[in-house]
Amino acid sequence: MREAVHISGAPSPGPDLQELLVLVARGDQNAFAKVYDAVCGPVLGLVRSVLRDPAQSEEVAQEVLVEVWRTAPRFQPARGSAMNWVLTLAHHRAVDRVRSAEAASAREHKAALLDRTPDFDEVSEQVETRLEREQVRRCLRTLSELQRQSVTLAYYRGLTYREVSELLSVPLGTIKTRLRDGLIRMRDCLGVNA
Amino acid sequence: MSTAELHTLTGAYALHALPDDERQEFERHLGMCEACSQEVRELSATAARLGLAVSRRPGPALRDRVLSEITTVRQEPPSHGALSRSTGTGNRARRRTSFVLAACIAASAAFGGVAVWQNQVAQDARQEANRADERSEQLAQVLAAPDARTTSGTLKGGARGTVVVSRGENRAVFLTSGMEQPPAGKVYQLWFDEGGTMRSAGLMDPSAASEAVLMDGEVAGASGMGITVEPVGGSEQPTSAPLALMSLPA
Repeated sequence: MREAVHISGAPSPGPDLQELLVLVARGDQNAFAKVYDAVCGPVLGLVRSVLRDPAQSEEVAQEVLVEVWRTAPRFQPARGSAMNWVLTLAHHRAVDRVRSAEAASAREHKAALLDRTPDFDEVSEQVETRLEREQVRRCLRTLSELQRQSVTLAYYRGLTYREVSELLSVPLGTIKTRLRDGLIRMRDCLGVNA
Repeated sequence: MSTAELHTLTGAYALHALPDDERQEFERHLGMCEACSQEVRELSATAARLGLAVSRRPGPALRDRVLSEITTVRQEPPSHGALSRSTGTGNRARRRTSFVLAACIAASAAFGGVAVWQNQVAQDARQEANRADERSEQLAQVLAAPDARTTSGTLKGGARGTVVVSRGENRAVFLTSGMEQPPAGKVYQLWFDEGGTMRSAGLMDPSAASEAVLMDGEVAGASGMGITVEPVGGSEQPTSAPLALMSLPA
C-alpha cells in the first residue's frame, strides 16, 4: 500500500461553510448563495451517481438544496461537519427516490449494476475535486474486492445491504460485516476524524 | 436482533443501506450505545468523502432556480439544546426526546403565533410521535389538531407554561420550560378545574425541567387548569396553593 497523503483532514470547505450555515439559519440569502456554490457540485454528483438519469438528478438536487435552506436552523455542528450534513441529506433523498416503487420497477438489471463504476474519470476543472477524487480512488484500491463492491454498490447505487447480498450472492451477515470493515478501512486510509 | 449483531450495522447505517424497519431498530440501539454513535459519526464522515469524490458542477440554470425558490420557502425553527440532550436510557429517553421536541415545536408555535408553518410543525410532531408510544401519539394529535388553541402564563417561580387544548380531540397538553425541580418527596400535579372542583390530570415527570405532558383524562367541561406541588404519588385533591391557574382557551 502506498503511503497515505492527507491533503487535509476534512473536506476543505469545512469551517467557512459552517459559519455560512449559521448565517443561512438566520435567513441570510446571500450567505445561502455562497453555500450553494460550495455544495452544489458534490450534491449533484452524488445524486447523479445514485439516480443516473440527468433530468431526475437535477430535480432531486434542487430539492436537496432547498432543503438545506429550509432546515439550516436545525443543523448541529456537534454532530458532524456542514458538508457531511449536506451530503447525508443528498444521499437520503437520492436513495429514497431510487427505492420508491416507481423507480424500483425500472431498476437496472444485475449486469448493468455491476458493470458501472462511479464517474471518477470525468475531467474536473477544480483542483480540489481532483485531489479528493484521487485520494478516494486510491483508498478504494486498498479494500478487498468484496469490500469495495459492497461499499460502492450501497453508496453510489443506493442498494440496501439485502440487495447487495442478492446481487453478489453473498450471505447477508457477510455483507453487513464487509460494509463496516470496508468503511473502517476507508476511514483510516482517508484519515477521517469525526 | 442481538446487541452484537446490531453493532455490526454501523457501516450499513452510515451508507443508508438498511431497510426502514431495521434502521429504526438500529437508531433505538444508537441512543444507548455511545461507541456505536461515535463509529457512526466517523463512518458517515467517510461516506461523505465518497460523495465529494464524484462532484459534478451543475449548469447555471439550477442555481437560478434554487436561489429563486428559497425566497418563497419558510425556514424551520431551530432545534433547541433540549433536542440533543440525552438522559436516562432506552425507550424512556426516546419517549422523552419526542415529548421535548413536541414541546419545543408547540411552544414556538404558541409563542410565535405563526400559522404558516403550523402544518409542517404538526407533521414533524406526528412523525416524531410515530416512533414513540401511543401516549405521545395522542399528545402530538392534540398539538396538531386543527382546532388546537393555546393559553400561556407565567408560573410562580418564573417558569413559563402553556396549555394547548383541542376540543375536537377532547384532550389537553401542558407545556413548560424552566420549571425548578420539585422539593424532595414532592411532585408537580396537574388539575382540570371544573367550576371550582379540581380533577386530577396526572403527575409531571420530576426529572424534567422542560416537557410536554398529555394531561390525563378528557377536557370535557373543564374551564381551567392548575398545577400544584403534592407529595410523591399525587393527591386526590390539591393540598397546596397552586403555582398557576389558567383558564382554558374556549
